[in-house]
Amino acid sequence: MDYDNKPRSRTPLYEWHVSHNARMVDFSGWEMPLYYSSIIEEHHATRSAVGLTDISHMGRLRFEGPGAAVFLAELLTRRVADMQLGQIRYSLVTNYQGGIMDDVLVGYYHNAHGQPFYVLVVNACNREKIVAWVRQHLPPERALRRGREVLFSDVTPLWAMFAISGPRSMALLQPLVDVDLQWMKYYRGAQVRILHPAAKRQGGILSRTGYTGEDGFELSIGADIAADVWEVLVEYGKSLGAKPTGLGARDTLRLEAGMPLYGHELTEQIDPFQAGLGYTCYLTGYDFPGRDALLRIQERRPQLIRVGLQAEGRRVPRQGCTVLRNGVAIGTVTSGTFSPTLQKSIAMGYISPEHAAPGTAVQIDIRGRLEPAIVVELPFYRRDRT
Amino acid sequence: MLAPDQLRYTPTHEWAQLETAADGTPLVTVGITAYALEALTDLVYIDLPEPGREVKAGQPFGEVESVKAVSELYSPVDGQIVESNTAIANNLEQLSKDPYHSGWLVKIKPSAPGQLDQLLDYAAYKKLCEANPLH
Repeated sequence: MDYDNKPRSRTPLYEWHVSHNARMVDFSGWEMPLYYSSIIEEHHATRSAVGLTDISHMGRLRFEGPGAAVFLAELLTRRVADMQLGQIRYSLVTNYQGGIMDDVLVGYYHNAHGQPFYVLVVNACNREKIVAWVRQHLPPERALRRGREVLFSDVTPLWAMFAISGPRSMALLQPLVDVDLQWMKYYRGAQVRILHPAAKRQGGILSRTGYTGEDGFELSIGADIAADVWEVLVEYGKSLGAKPTGLGARDTLRLEAGMPLYGHELTEQIDPFQAGLGYTCYLTGYDFPGRDALLRIQERRPQLIRVGLQAEGRRVPRQGCTVLRNGVAIGTVTSGTFSPTLQKSIAMGYISPEHAAPGTAVQIDIRGRLEPAIVVELPFYRRDRT
Repeated sequence: MLAPDQLRYTPTHEWAQLETAADGTPLVTVGITAYALEALTDLVYIDLPEPGREVKAGQPFGEVESVKAVSELYSPVDGQIVESNTAIANNLEQLSKDPYHSGWLVKIKPSAPGQLDQLLDYAAYKKLCEANPLH
C-alpha cells in the first residue's frame, strides 16, 4: 500500500492507542492499532469476555429529509422503504454491471427531537467512492425537490465509533446506557443516553451489530467525548476480562465468523450471488444501479462461488493463492489466517461451484508448494447460543 | 553464546555469530532478532531447512509465519546447513522469549567466513531498528 503522499487520518483515540503501546499501522489511509499486546490474546478476550475496538475509521453517512427513504431505496440493493425506526439492515451498493461497490449497514433512527434519519456505515476504503456515488445520484435538483428533499452529510470525522463484542458485552454496557439492552434485538439500534459524566450529557447511537461472530454492540458518539467514554469502558471492562483489541484480532474474528471483507471477498468484479449475498438483493422493488444486471446474473449459473477452506498444515493460505483440484486450477484464495479458536489455518476464496461441496479435497499453492486442504462450510466458528 | 551487542546482523533482521566447531572449523549460528519477532507477532509456524542444504548469502533458507504475515529467512553467508533447531520449530513461544540463545535457528558451515564482516554491527543494526519504530 502506498499512502506516503497522502496525509493519514487519525481517530479521536489516536493518542490513547499510542500511549497504550499499540502497534500502529496504515489501514485505508487511517493510522489504526493492529494490536496492543498480541492478536491471539485479543482474539480470545473477545470470544471469552469482551473486546473493545476503535472503529472510528468506518465511514458514517447521514441522510435526512422527506426524500431520504426513496433515495436510499434507489441506491442500495436491500429494501429500505419498509424499515422501522430502530431497524438496521446489511446491504450492498452495486454498480450498473452488478459488481459490488461496497457492503454497508443502513440504520433508521430518530434523534432527540423526533426527527428521523438514516445512517449508512461504509467501509473506510470505500468512503470517498461512495460519497462520490451518492453525490452523482443526488444532484442539487434532486436533493432540493420540493417535499422530497434529501439532506446528505458525511459525519465520519464528527463521530467516533466503538465495537463492543463478546459474551459479556451486555454486562459491560448496561450500567452505562438508559435503554434495557435485553430488549434490543440483533440488528436493532437506538439513540441512547450515556449515564456517565464523561459523556457530558451527550447521547449516542447504540446498535446490536458486529463483525466478530459474537453477541455485541456498536456505539457511535461525538468525537469530543470519545476518549473519555472509551476510558470508562476500558475501566468498567477490566473486572469482566475486557481488552482493547486492534484490527489484527478484528480480522481473525471476522474470518472465523465467515464474514466477507471488502477488497478481499468483495470487489467490483464480484457479484452478490457469487459472494453468497443474494439475500441482500431486492430485485422487484425500487430500481437501483445494477438491478437490471442482477436480474440477468441471477438467471445464470455462477462461475465462481465463495467457500471456506481449511488447510491440513499450519502454513497459511493468503490472498492470491491458487486453489487446485487434481492439479487443475479451480479458484483463488481471497483471505486467510491462522484461526486462534480452531488452531488451524483457514481461508475464504472463490472456486468453481462443481468443486464447492463441503468435504471436497483440494490443494492450495502457497508460495510454490501445494498444500492439502478441504472445502468447508461457512462460518468456521459459530457461537454457542444456549 | 554472545550478548546481542556482539552479534552481527543482516538488514533483513537475522543475527549471525561466528563460532568454532569441535573439529576446529568455523561455524555460523543464525537466528532472528527480537525486533523481527516483535514485528511479526503471534508466530504460527517456522520452516527450517534439512541439514546438508546449500545456502547463499542474501538467499532464503526458510520461512516464518505469523497470524498476520509470512516472512522469508535469509542466510547471512554462503555455506551448507549443518543443523536446524527442530526443537524450537515446535516451541515458538520459546523462540519469542529467547531469540538469541535457545531460539537459534540454523548452524551453517560457511564457505567464506569473511562474509560476516560485511554484515551490520550492533550499533548499525540498532540504528536501523530505531529508524523504523514498531510502537
